Amino acid sequence: MADKKLRQIAIYGKGGIGKSTTTQNTVAGLAAMDKKVLIIGCDPKADSTRLILHAKAQETVMDKVRELGTVEDLELEDVLKVGYGGVKCVESGGPEPGVGCAGRGVITAINFCEEEGAYTEDLDFVFYDVLGDVVCGGFAMPIRENKAEEIYIVVSGEMMAMYAANNICKGIVKYASSGNVRLAGLICNSRNTDREADLIEALAERLGTQMIHFVPRDNQVQRAELRRMTVIEYSPEHQQAQEYRELARKIAENKKLVVPTPLEIEELEELLMEFGIMEADDETVVGVAENA
Amino acid sequence: MSTTTALKPMTEHSAAEIERVKDWINSEDYKEKNFAREALVINPAHACQPLGAQLVAHGFAGSLPFVHGSQGCASYFRSTFSRHFREPAAATSDAMTEDGAVFGGQNNLFEGLENAYALYRPSIMPIFTTCMPEVIGDDLTAFTRNAKQKGHIPEDLPTPYANTPSFNGTHIHGYDAMLKAILEYLADGKKTDGNDNGKLYLIPGFDGNTANLREYKRYLQMMGVPCTLLADISEVFDSPCDGTYRLYAGGTPLDEAADAVNARATISLMKYCTPNTLKWLEGNSVGTSIDLPLPMGIRNTDAFLMKVSELFDMPIPAELKAERGRAVDAMTDAHQYLHGKKFAVAGDPDYLLGIVTFLLEMGAIPYHILCSRSTKKFRKEMEALLATSPLYGALGTVYINKDLWHMRSLCMTDPVDAIIGDTHCKWVARDAKIPLFRVGFPIIDRVNLHRTPVIGYQGAINLLTMMVNKFLDTVDETCEDQWFEMMR
Repeated sequence: MADKKLRQIAIYGKGGIGKSTTTQNTVAGLAAMDKKVLIIGCDPKADSTRLILHAKAQETVMDKVRELGTVEDLELEDVLKVGYGGVKCVESGGPEPGVGCAGRGVITAINFCEEEGAYTEDLDFVFYDVLGDVVCGGFAMPIRENKAEEIYIVVSGEMMAMYAANNICKGIVKYASSGNVRLAGLICNSRNTDREADLIEALAERLGTQMIHFVPRDNQVQRAELRRMTVIEYSPEHQQAQEYRELARKIAENKKLVVPTPLEIEELEELLMEFGIMEADDETVVGVAENA
Repeated sequence: MSTTTALKPMTEHSAAEIERVKDWINSEDYKEKNFAREALVINPAHACQPLGAQLVAHGFAGSLPFVHGSQGCASYFRSTFSRHFREPAAATSDAMTEDGAVFGGQNNLFEGLENAYALYRPSIMPIFTTCMPEVIGDDLTAFTRNAKQKGHIPEDLPTPYANTPSFNGTHIHGYDAMLKAILEYLADGKKTDGNDNGKLYLIPGFDGNTANLREYKRYLQMMGVPCTLLADISEVFDSPCDGTYRLYAGGTPLDEAADAVNARATISLMKYCTPNTLKWLEGNSVGTSIDLPLPMGIRNTDAFLMKVSELFDMPIPAELKAERGRAVDAMTDAHQYLHGKKFAVAGDPDYLLGIVTFLLEMGAIPYHILCSRSTKKFRKEMEALLATSPLYGALGTVYINKDLWHMRSLCMTDPVDAIIGDTHCKWVARDAKIPLFRVGFPIIDRVNLHRTPVIGYQGAINLLTMMVNKFLDTVDETCEDQWFEMMR
């Protein structure tokens, strides 16, 4: 496998949509296929690797930097842990809410991983699990400078999740014009809304991409999480584990990488109305109070 | 051995091509392209906010300026002052690094304040910021309060702070922010009910000329008007060499600064350096707070002295009147050598207004007037000043938000006789083969110019002496034999 090419994948999506859970379960699926994977958690909350490591919270790059006072004295083995299926895990970490600069923490952590040689030749995949709200350039670091070239957006049939997905596509377009970043697909993490699969299929089509997999909602995921495990490790025979393995297989085989075509806001709203998620605005009552 | 030295070529371009471009950058065609430039600034004639803040911070007794942010920024400020004044600039920084950028700079500030206080025992540590803590939004109110609560520095150590992001404004805005912060801090609760302290408080503005500050004090002493200079850097950056190193030399005494809110009058001589400070004083002090133009030339100096005379009901002494007379005499004697000479001028708004006033009084033509960052309000004020002189001023053009590379194009396509500005103008002067008269900040390639006043009556004499004699030197050095005259 001398010509094996490392694939770097970034997972984006609205906050709370289930990016970390989906990422870890998918990575566990890839590991079950004997793929070598590194997860880099890009979120100050540092919860991107707990299911793989069975840990409450992994010690993060920025924790150690804070302790040592400098990034120069930090060594890779201080922050790189190996969990289920040989999956390597690094968490960027960052400051408490309201102080400092979490985006800079992501930049520092990723630069550190690169410089210290975390991206070894045996790896098949690097997954970046990124904070939901891409609030500044730091959280775009994983898709800058030819790092991740494949992006999956986790989405559900809820309106705000789709707004977020569309916005993320706008960001991808910006970076795609100057690099090789491409949208690889939408992962629908079901919230059991009406006609959810159809809606996400339709959204994917408008964005020029695909719904790579529809992950049904199943409480088995939560049961596994209570033991800080992925479903794949907790109950490999369960149907939900099969779903994640399927998603992992599709990602491994995915060749459909596109520059997305984000929707204008009116276009998106029309789509939502078409599927009954949203009603047309009655302009005669906008700004009129209930008792007026 | 070969007679020619083998030099490694610095470019692949042919000598002919280099010659072509050298000519082309002096052309109208290039000037047009240069002025269409949007995305790049080349050799700006201004510094950044924290540099201005540091100058203010130096101007108080026992003050140790404290840079919250990057070590490299602090080095830049210190070395700039040291090169200009040829004096040490004692200031400290908390050297924020990568972890500070991510977690916020509170720990750096704690350690920095504690160390600096332990080592240097300052009476006040004015804090100001560089870009990094501004981008990440460090909360200095909380940080300084916490530093005291946790015992890193004594509760009663004054620690006024100013937010001075370098990516906004220039050194003159940093000057304003820091001065206001220091006054607000020191004067808190010091305002009395109605009775002023009978004193004049003078704000010189961002001025790297210590002799100007001494000159103000001399005038007021002659007039018998008690005066405190706010942010008085005259001793700090021009202390005598007598074998004793003074970490804290001079500066405005803190109790006098605290009493600024009880001044009978406060005058700012650089209004573009002090808008917020003056506004704050207006709302929080007993007396009147006004601004006056920088007293360069006769008219502006008259206006300053007459205003002081009016405010304090003190006559202008005969000795000062005589000084004025001597200056007018000197100007008359020299005026034929400056009359009709065209000047390019670059600098800060207040200095530019002062220099242009002086040039117009000499019958010289302020031709290219360039401020590398300013406002339309400044341009309007400058244009109004130019319009007062249909013969000389009307020929001038004001350029705002243009840099010294623009100035080069102006001087190459529409020549002038000389340029007035800081050391950064020397490249334009060299290319245009015209003299540079060094006024402003920084002046880092000539000695003692900060010890030569350019304000007031003596300043007018000094300026025209420097200019006229330079022009005459050039005539003597370059004229043909038949024009080489004994008398000029």
